Amino acid sequence: MSKRRVVITGLGAVTPLANTVAETWDGIINGRSGITPIDSFDISPFATTFGGVIRNFDITQYIPDKDAKRMDAFIHYGIAAGCQAIEDSGIEVTEANADRIGVAIGAGIGGITGIEECYATYEKGGPRRISPFFVPGNIINMISGNLSIKYGLKGPNFAIVTACTTGTHNIGDASRLIKYGDADVMIAGGAERCTTSPTAMGGFASAKALSRRNDDPQAASRPWDKDRDGFVLSDGSGVVVLEELEHALARGAKIYAEVVGYGMSGDAYHITTPSAGGEGAARCMRNALRDAGLNPEQVDYINAHGTSTPAGDVGETQAMKAALGGHAYKVAVSSTKSMIGHLLGAAGGIEAVLTALSVKNQIAPPTINLENQDPECDLDYVPNTARDMKIDIAISNSFGFGGTNGSIVFKRYA
Amino acid sequence: MSNIEERVKKIVAEQLGVKEDIATDASFVDDLGADSLDTVELVMALEEEFECEIPDDEAEKITTVQQAIDYVEKNAQ
Repeated sequence: MSKRRVVITGLGAVTPLANTVAETWDGIINGRSGITPIDSFDISPFATTFGGVIRNFDITQYIPDKDAKRMDAFIHYGIAAGCQAIEDSGIEVTEANADRIGVAIGAGIGGITGIEECYATYEKGGPRRISPFFVPGNIINMISGNLSIKYGLKGPNFAIVTACTTGTHNIGDASRLIKYGDADVMIAGGAERCTTSPTAMGGFASAKALSRRNDDPQAASRPWDKDRDGFVLSDGSGVVVLEELEHALARGAKIYAEVVGYGMSGDAYHITTPSAGGEGAARCMRNALRDAGLNPEQVDYINAHGTSTPAGDVGETQAMKAALGGHAYKVAVSSTKSMIGHLLGAAGGIEAVLTALSVKNQIAPPTINLENQDPECDLDYVPNTARDMKIDIAISNSFGFGGTNGSIVFKRYA
Repeated sequence: MSNIEERVKKIVAEQLGVKEDIATDASFVDDLGADSLDTVELVMALEEEFECEIPDDEAEKITTVQQAIDYVEKNAQ
């Protein structure tokens, strides 16, 4: 079988910066933070009181109000980004191609706010008050399910759940399905909504994972800065349309970038702490480069996982040096999480969107709030200002609880 | 009586997302586009509005707006 090539032909985004791709990208390359105080419930007793909250979002632009009321908003965000990506790609679903178009959009946690609300209803009113829409309104694969119903997409339909690597794994595996011939087009990515959930905020806070910079939320996500103190929990979604190259060329589609490599690995180390020396992450990047048939020296830019946790940022830095050798010092590395926070299961989705735009527009986004670089983190992190530069090859990294890793290699399509 | 009819129609409109005027003889499934989950939730909303408990075997017989009004008039306080 000749190797089928996969390109990105559509993008969709709902982020703490904005609810479209264009406005999000504008915020990113101008170094704006989308982080704000949490106001959806009484956050005052919590150690962390801010996050990446979605504002001014109207789901009825995408689906009827009646349907929207029966789903957790993580599904809304995923549907919105999915609709945007499909519209952007210009793909037309017909009887002839419907079973060649699939969906793979996951979430790390899913409908946790919906689960909390339903439990409160049960405690107050007993089992007869539990809605028949509770289960389909909160389980993780329902973004894929609802999008397939809306557009008549009859190809593969699933949702991978791998914590903060969810979006990357969905996109990576979806690209493999196209290469293998199971589909010609896949709508893939991730979505999440946790800042509205007291148990999610409390759980991440108890794990000492979140920044506590409550007096200055927009400075809280500061990857590789020596004063970083944890990640910023964010909501939103990022979705791409992946398409087999000849299929895209035949319909004259615009192409953002080619997906040329995908790698995975497991740390086999600890449930939340990255493996010593970034060993698992390094293997993941090496696997992705091997899949792409590229040498480390060919990498120009890395959209890092870069969560702003003390251990994670050092581990990823060590991993990049282990995987790329001396070339690691010549690569531009940035963390877009410095601006939008950590979207958990949506992180790999939105970072694929942003990496595709970096490759298309030849711009490396900045890492904002990088004021005093940690001496243990000594690479070029594109501090505070976006950089116009040649990007032929870019990598996007995601690492998740459980020691689950994923890296995707993007290539400029010219 | 018209009070009950209005309240039932308001709930039906909210639950099923119907924007037009609702006919009293309208069927939830055939005329108003409800599916099996919609009808379960509709009955739950009626129970809440009229502070009553509609047993499952009775709920299954409520398939039109008129039947809902009749049930409420007969059974609710």
